[in-house]
Amino acid sequence: MLDILIVDDSAAIRKILQRVLRQAEIPIGSIYEAGDGKEALETLQQRQIGLVLSDINMPNMNGLELLSHLKANDPWKNLPVVMVSTEGSQAKVLEAVQLGAAGYVRKPFNAEQIKEKLAQFF
Amino acid sequence: MDNRGQISREEVICAIKSSTEEVFSTMLGLEIQAGEPPVETAPAASPTSGLVTLIGLAGPWSGTGSVACTGVFACTMASHLLASSFENVNEEVLDAIGEITNMIIGNVKTALEEKLGEMGLSTPTVIFGRNFQTRSARIQEWTVVPFRCGEETMYVQVCLAPAAGETARSLRPGFQIPQIFTI
Repeated sequence: MLDILIVDDSAAIRKILQRVLRQAEIPIGSIYEAGDGKEALETLQQRQIGLVLSDINMPNMNGLELLSHLKANDPWKNLPVVMVSTEGSQAKVLEAVQLGAAGYVRKPFNAEQIKEKLAQFF
Repeated sequence: MDNRGQISREEVICAIKSSTEEVFSTMLGLEIQAGEPPVETAPAASPTSGLVTLIGLAGPWSGTGSVACTGVFACTMASHLLASSFENVNEEVLDAIGEITNMIIGNVKTALEEKLGEMGLSTPTVIFGRNFQTRSARIQEWTVVPFRCGEETMYVQVCLAPAAGETARSLRPGFQIPQIFTI
């Protein structure tokens, strides 16, 4: 069972993603939350996270900065990171993929889109 | 030669309508109907109470996106988004409206970027209270689209202008922060 980390500065989105994941009938362990990239790194240092869902526009450390940091550091090089963002331009999606994102879901999203995107990891 | 794109008021209105309707149908499960935008680009629709959310845009064009509604409608939107019941505006409602605005203005931005070039988006600022008015400090004229949902009206509005100098090269937005008056 994978432990999942949700990174978003909006508590509303974290709550919605928690609900979607819990209802998704996929073998999830614990779900952790962080409000920005820096908080996410603190959690990642303390927990064995198997999958990260991250927003892009966040204060302190944004999602692309977090992604770059993870892909450049050994313990997390192979950790799958799926971006969940309002940033929907092709350029932004391409940038995330080039940095190593394992997937990209544009907000607004529905539960099916999230489930479909995450199915490959379970 | 200035090779930055241009965009018509109709295209901005179309982007606002499309984005708002998508967010409401996908995330809230609420039906919303776009009203007629004012014939001329209007000054910001300024409710004197309720919620106003502001998000800055920066890049070759810069400006602000905003959503304004009553506290009652904010609670309705938050209740649908979070599948919980809210009767008063609290931290959760403010956060939910900030995120709804983020999705609406974020998707307007994505639509406009095809013509105007890449823009950065700030995190939302939500203002809630009574007896206030908002004014843009510098520019400008806003493209305002009213939306009806039952008895409630919500305004989605955007102001954008070509940026100059450093501002045009930066994708890290502040925003045209409004002056806030108590009346």
